[in-house]
Amino acid sequence: MKRIIPKAFASAAQLPKCLTGIQGLDEITGGGLPLARPTLVCGGAGCGKTLLAAEFLVRGAVQFDEPGVFMSFEETEPELQANVASLGFDLTSLVRHKKILVDHVHIDRSEFQETGEYDLEGLFVRLGHAIDSIGAKRVVLDTLEALFASLPNEVILRAELRRLFRWLKDKGVTAVITAERGRDQLTRHGLEEYVSDCVILLDHRVNEQIATRHLRVVKYRGAQHGTNEFPFLIGDEGISVLPITSLALNHKVSNERIATGIPRLDAMLGGKGFFRGSSILLTGTPGTGKTIVSANFAHAAARRGERVLFFSFEESPQQIIRNLHSIGLRLDPLVKRGLLRFHSARPSLYGLEMHLATMFKEIATFKPHVVVIDPITSLMDAGTDSECKAMITRLIDFLKAGQVTSLFTSLTQGGQALQQSEASMSSLMDSWLLLQDFEGNGERNRVFYVLKARGMAHSNQIREFLISNHGIDIVDAYIGASGVLTGSARVAQEDLRKAAVLAYQQEAAGLKREVERKRTAIERQISGLRSDYESEAEELRRIAEQVSSSTLMLTTERAASSRLRQADANVAASTRVRASRNARSN
Amino acid sequence: MKTKPVKRRAAKHQYILRLFVAGATTRSRQAILRVTQLCNAELNGICDLKVIDIYQQPNLARANQIVATPTLIVELPRPLRRFIGNLTRVTDLFVELDLTTKAKTAK
Repeated sequence: MKRIIPKAFASAAQLPKCLTGIQGLDEITGGGLPLARPTLVCGGAGCGKTLLAAEFLVRGAVQFDEPGVFMSFEETEPELQANVASLGFDLTSLVRHKKILVDHVHIDRSEFQETGEYDLEGLFVRLGHAIDSIGAKRVVLDTLEALFASLPNEVILRAELRRLFRWLKDKGVTAVITAERGRDQLTRHGLEEYVSDCVILLDHRVNEQIATRHLRVVKYRGAQHGTNEFPFLIGDEGISVLPITSLALNHKVSNERIATGIPRLDAMLGGKGFFRGSSILLTGTPGTGKTIVSANFAHAAARRGERVLFFSFEESPQQIIRNLHSIGLRLDPLVKRGLLRFHSARPSLYGLEMHLATMFKEIATFKPHVVVIDPITSLMDAGTDSECKAMITRLIDFLKAGQVTSLFTSLTQGGQALQQSEASMSSLMDSWLLLQDFEGNGERNRVFYVLKARGMAHSNQIREFLISNHGIDIVDAYIGASGVLTGSARVAQEDLRKAAVLAYQQEAAGLKREVERKRTAIERQISGLRSDYESEAEELRRIAEQVSSSTLMLTTERAASSRLRQADANVAASTRVRASRNARSN
Repeated sequence: MKTKPVKRRAAKHQYILRLFVAGATTRSRQAILRVTQLCNAELNGICDLKVIDIYQQPNLARANQIVATPTLIVELPRPLRRFIGNLTRVTDLFVELDLTTKAKTAK
C-alpha cells in the first residue's frame, strides 16, 4: 500500500518526527512519533499496547535501520517472541543480529524488602547499557507501571520516573511507554503527567456484539495531528490504522471504457460501458439477478484477460460457479487460468475493519483490474452505519487510487424506497444500476434501469431483462399509456400491436390494389380515347388528301381544256364561269 | 572489577550475599559499610559477600535483575531475597532473615 502523507499535516510538522512504519499511524500523526521524546501509549487490557510498541521497534529495526531496546516488565523474551511471531515478525533473528535487545525486568514482590533509601539507578544502568550495546534509537518500556505494583515506595518511584523520562530525552532515544488505562484518568498511576509530548490512547469496544479497536492521539505537543478515533486492527502483518480522513481526493482518472458483458447494457451506457476505475453500485430486491449481472461483468472482464477478484459474502465460490453455469456462464475455466479469484467469507466472521483489511490484503496481493463485492450490504451488518460508510469510502478510495473498477451489489428490502435506503452509499458511487421486480398478471418480472452514470450519456429507459439458459437478455419493456408492461403482459401487448400492424398492412395493401386498379382503368380509358382520336385524325388526313387531289385534278383538267380551246378566247371566258360552278357542285 | 571478597576462610559458605551499588554515592557507601559490618559481626567466616558496582559491570545488573540500587541479594540461605535500600533498617533485615539466631547457632 502506498503511504500518503497529507500536505496539511506535513507542512505543519515542525517537530522532528520518527516514522513508526505502522500502517496509518504515521498518517494520523503526520509523520510519526516525536523524535527523541517519550510517547505514552495507554489503554485497557487486550487493546494492543504491547503489540503497538513491539511493532514500533521491529519496523524501526527492519525498515529504518534503527535498533531498539524492548524493556519488558511483564513478558519474558520467549513469550514476547511468540507473541510477535504470530504477526509475522521474526524477533529471534533481529535479536541475533543485534537489531533488537529484549530485557525482561522481573520483579517479584515477595522477594523484595525495603531497608532504606534507594533509587532506580539499576534500571537506568540496565537501560543505558542496553541502548549503548546495540546503538539503539528506539526504546520501549512495557509496562512501566508494573513497578508500582512491585516497589513499595511510591514517592521514590515517582521521583525516579520523572528522572527516567528526563534521562530518556537526554539519551536522544524515541521511547514508547505503555500503561494501563485508569478509571478516571488516562493511566492508572498517572504516568501521563510525566510524558507530556505525545499520548496515544487505545481502546477496545464492543458495539452490538462486534468488537472494534480504536486509536486516538490524545495529545501531541507541537504538532498537528488527527484528533479522531480511528479504528485499527491487528492483522497478519501487524497493526493497521485506518484513517479515513487522511485520504485525499486526488485519484487519477481514466477515459477508458470497459464493457459490461451485456451488450444491451453497454448500449444503454453510451454504447461503451463503464469507465475504468469507476465504482458501480447495483441495487436490487432479493432475486432480481444482482449476482448474475455482477458475474457477467466479472466474466467479461476475465475473458478480456483482466484479473477479477470476486468477494462473496453470501455464497461459496462453488455455488456461484454452479448457479451461473445454469445460465450458460462458465466461470471455472477462468478460475483455473487464474484470472478470476473468489474470496468468500461470512460477514459475521469478524469485524468490519478485519474484513476491510483482508480485502485490502487480497487486493494488494492479487492486483485485480476489477473487484466485485457481492453484496456490500452484508458487511453493513458487521458494523454501524457510519462505520460502514467510512469503510466503503476507504475501500473505494483505495480501489480508485489503483484504478480498479469496482462493482458493489446491494440488497434492498422490498417495500423500502430504493433510493433512500442507499443514500449513504450512493453518493460515493459513479454509476448506479437498479434492478427491480414488477408484479402483475400473476407473475413477477425483472426490470432494470440506469439510475445514474457519471460522465456519460445514458439511457433513461426502463428495460426488462430476462434470464435464460443463454444468459441475460435485455428487452425493451413496453411503456405506454397504461404504464410499464413486462413479461406476458408485454408479450400480449406486443401481439396486440402486431395484430394491429397486420390489419393496417392489409388495409394498406387493399387500398394499394384499388388504386392500382383505378390507375389501369384510367390508362385503359386514356388509350381508348387516344385510339379514337387517332382514327379520327386519320380520317381527317384522308379527307384532306382527297380534297387536295381533286382540286389538283380539276385544275389540270381545266388547263387541258383551255389548251384545247386556245383559238377561241371569247368562249373561254364564258366557260370559266361555268367551270367554276361545276367545280363548286363537285 | 571492584569485587571484594570479604572472608574466605570457610570452604562452604552458609551465607552468600551480593551487594549491587551504583557508583560511589552516599547511599552506596552506607550500604557497603553496613553489609560489611554485618558480615564481620554476625556472619564471620560463614559469609561470602561480593560488592558489585553496576556502573562497572552493567551486564551483571541485567543478569541479576537489578532495578533499584543499592540492592542486597541474599542468595543463600534460600529462598532468594532482595533487600533494597541503603540498609538503614538492618533490624528488619535481621528479623526477616532470622540472621541472629542462625549466626549464633553456626558459631
